[in-house]
Amino acid sequence: MTDSRRIAPVWLSALVRSPGGIIGIATLTLLIASALVSLFWTPYDPSRADAYLSFAAPSAEHLFGTDNSGRDILSRLLTGAQTTLVVALGSAAIAGLVGVAFAVLGSLTPRWVRESTTVLIDVFIAFPTVLLAMMLASVFGGSILVVIVAVGTSFGIIMGRIARSELRRVAGSDYVLAARASGVGPWGVLLRHLLPNVAPVFIVQLSLAAAIATLAEAALSYLGYGAPPGTSSWGRMLSELQPYITVEPLAVLWPGAVITLTVLGFNLLGDALRDATDPRLKRSRTKKSGALS
Amino acid sequence: MTLEVNNLTVAIDDRVVVNDVSFSVGTGERLGIIGESGSGKSVASLAILGLTPRNATATGSVKLDGEELLGLGDRRLAAIRGREVGIVFQEPRTALNPIRTIGRQLVEPLLVHGLITRRAAHETAIELARTVRIPEPEHAVNLYPHQLSGGQRQRVGIAIALACNPGLLIADEPTTALDVTIQAEIIALFDALVDERGSSLIFITHDLAVLSNVTTRAIVMANGEVIERASVVDLLRDPKHEITAGLVAASVATSWTPSA
Amino acid sequence: MVRFVLTRLVLLVLGLGIASILIFLTLRVLPGDVAQVIAGTDSSPERVAAIRDALGLNQPLPIQYLDWIGSALRLDLGNSLITGTPVIDELVEKSEVTIPLGLVSLVLGILIGLPLGIFAAVRHAKASGAIVSGIAQTVAAVPIVWAGLLLILVFGITLGILPAQGFPRAGWDEPGRAFLSLVLPALTIAGIEGAVLLRFVRSAVLEAIGQDYVRTAAAKGLTQNQALLRHGLPNVALSVISVLGIQVAGVVVGTVVIEQLFNLPGVGRMLVTDVGNRDLPKIQSELLVLTGLVLFVGFVVDLVHRLIDPRQREQTHD
Repeated sequence: MTDSRRIAPVWLSALVRSPGGIIGIATLTLLIASALVSLFWTPYDPSRADAYLSFAAPSAEHLFGTDNSGRDILSRLLTGAQTTLVVALGSAAIAGLVGVAFAVLGSLTPRWVRESTTVLIDVFIAFPTVLLAMMLASVFGGSILVVIVAVGTSFGIIMGRIARSELRRVAGSDYVLAARASGVGPWGVLLRHLLPNVAPVFIVQLSLAAAIATLAEAALSYLGYGAPPGTSSWGRMLSELQPYITVEPLAVLWPGAVITLTVLGFNLLGDALRDATDPRLKRSRTKKSGALS
Repeated sequence: MTLEVNNLTVAIDDRVVVNDVSFSVGTGERLGIIGESGSGKSVASLAILGLTPRNATATGSVKLDGEELLGLGDRRLAAIRGREVGIVFQEPRTALNPIRTIGRQLVEPLLVHGLITRRAAHETAIELARTVRIPEPEHAVNLYPHQLSGGQRQRVGIAIALACNPGLLIADEPTTALDVTIQAEIIALFDALVDERGSSLIFITHDLAVLSNVTTRAIVMANGEVIERASVVDLLRDPKHEITAGLVAASVATSWTPSA
Repeated sequence: MVRFVLTRLVLLVLGLGIASILIFLTLRVLPGDVAQVIAGTDSSPERVAAIRDALGLNQPLPIQYLDWIGSALRLDLGNSLITGTPVIDELVEKSEVTIPLGLVSLVLGILIGLPLGIFAAVRHAKASGAIVSGIAQTVAAVPIVWAGLLLILVFGITLGILPAQGFPRAGWDEPGRAFLSLVLPALTIAGIEGAVLLRFVRSAVLEAIGQDYVRTAAAKGLTQNQALLRHGLPNVALSVISVLGIQVAGVVVGTVVIEQLFNLPGVGRMLVTDVGNRDLPKIQSELLVLTGLVLFVGFVVDLVHRLIDPRQREQTHD
């Protein structure tokens, strides 16, 4: 008995009330704000090098200090947020599309298509994201696009597998049968009944996709396959600062801490979304814990 | 075995789900607890055995043959569970461990309470399966729950509850999840087994018609409280509370004829 | 049962086949003229032609593919474009570092994640459980590079008790030094993978706690903890086994980054160098081996899963 129209406001209000959800939304907001603001203004030009200021300690002028070339770390962090945001959103978007495609292919099609999809899914899942990215990088050279495509595709397939079983389950429910019986065509059923009910699962997965994308970008940029040397990226900062770890350990702290906080935020958001949209956890009556009746 | 429940109150996360409930069952007696979903009837019975979720708190008094159960440690309660008090659960599909054979699950209460040896386990399992009339018991004990039908699984549940010959049996909606055609068989089986052993019985359900075939007395629960206390016959013919009337109407609507 | 194993085996081979085709297509077909890509934009046509010859690019595609696969099956993984040495030789040599690293990381990760996950679930309502869970969540969010850097900072540099970089040139002939060089790298990977595993085990055990059959077991006369241990956990073990497959993939990826960070002469770092050199034939074979490994692990996990779960023993695939 799902009231598909009420799902939007209900989970949203539950989300905003949970501590995890609040932190998650706050982190996301901070990320977006940093990225947007840095498009127009940063305390200093992030690429302005000043050898005399190399590794200056945090101060009123440089809130997080400077890096090895004397560039202001705060400014670099702010512009780095752009890369992170683009990667997170881009990967989530691609993951969403790929996920829906595979989910539909794996559940609502003739048997041979479904079986083939299963095999394909298993193969793709065996391709770890980083290896996929490296493979693409060896052909196209490293770039943010490579990261987005690699992460988006890998995660999209995982999402597809999860959504596929969800879709199968929903496809068998009564109101879908009723809709078909009353003449709604297959596309209509798909768009108006099936997808909206799989949406909660998807949304949760998307925030996880963003988390994984951020981590993957950090690793890949560190290896040199992500953001090219010119652009700001938190992962790149880690690789650039590594040789100076004995000189100024504090500098290495910032990009790593920021990545961790962002990923934590996405994860918390995902968890909170999952709790908010899980019908079994609704406050009213639960059979699950055998609490009532 | 006598059970005396006085002023039992159970709260789950600060929400009161059972409010000041009292009832008693004497040796060999039977009591029905009837109510809709959410009335608190199941929680009340689970609280007797300390089987409520970890975030539940129970106050009041529950005395089994004079011994106070509330506040007892889990070890002592575990010694009572299965041995002195047996319980049959509602959902046979999930009440059994999916990765263990029926036979092993049947004899487990006997083994836990040290009533049989490991060597006797296999034979005993077959015997238990036979008492609840599972077809081909020698073969059935090697099967897994998913290989049995819902009705058969519930028979297993009943056998498990009765394995140690407990003085009190609690049945929490044992037939609700079964097909109507099977309900009659299971009820009859129940009735016969409890009769044979002379155990006391608490039968929980939302269906008065079913209850009328098992017990003569009943209490009606709604919103965590006891709202009516009478014989089943009186409840059917002359319900004093509108909720009770609603329950009567619902049960009469099924194709069962109460045989009170 | 036999039918199941055979089906899975066929699927494994099929999977390997598809993966190999994918790798082949991406590395041989996508770049356009591969020889040009390798040679660079402003190299002489003779050089490009020489490379074309060396790579056998003048033959039709399917032949190239079959050549590659055929040789691979005979354990001839081709030669490096840069050094000319056989790929398999270098692969075996570098595995001396990577395989111990991977195995130790995997085992350590399980030793961390499994018991702590159970703990966090059983005590989820208490402070101790919540703290463990919170720490795990934070650690799982840490980028692996940063974790490694922090460990290097603390143990390698500040405390100076463990090597911060490198692997003895003599390799395992100096077992003590070799082992020490792998401690920090393994701890880094194990820490992060362990945290991820912990979160998963915790939620699986929490779900087990709420299961009806655990309650039935308690109703038979077991204490709540006994019921969870004897009935809940074996069921949890099933899903944990499935997650192990994912853990392995995580460890494979981890070694690539960690070997780069700690400067270990392993397979991962070799791959990174090769990608940098655009040594396509080498990359091709390396990726094939790595993917094959992950697919194989998946195959084994499936098998074990099926063996343990009686519900699936009679049913056919899916």
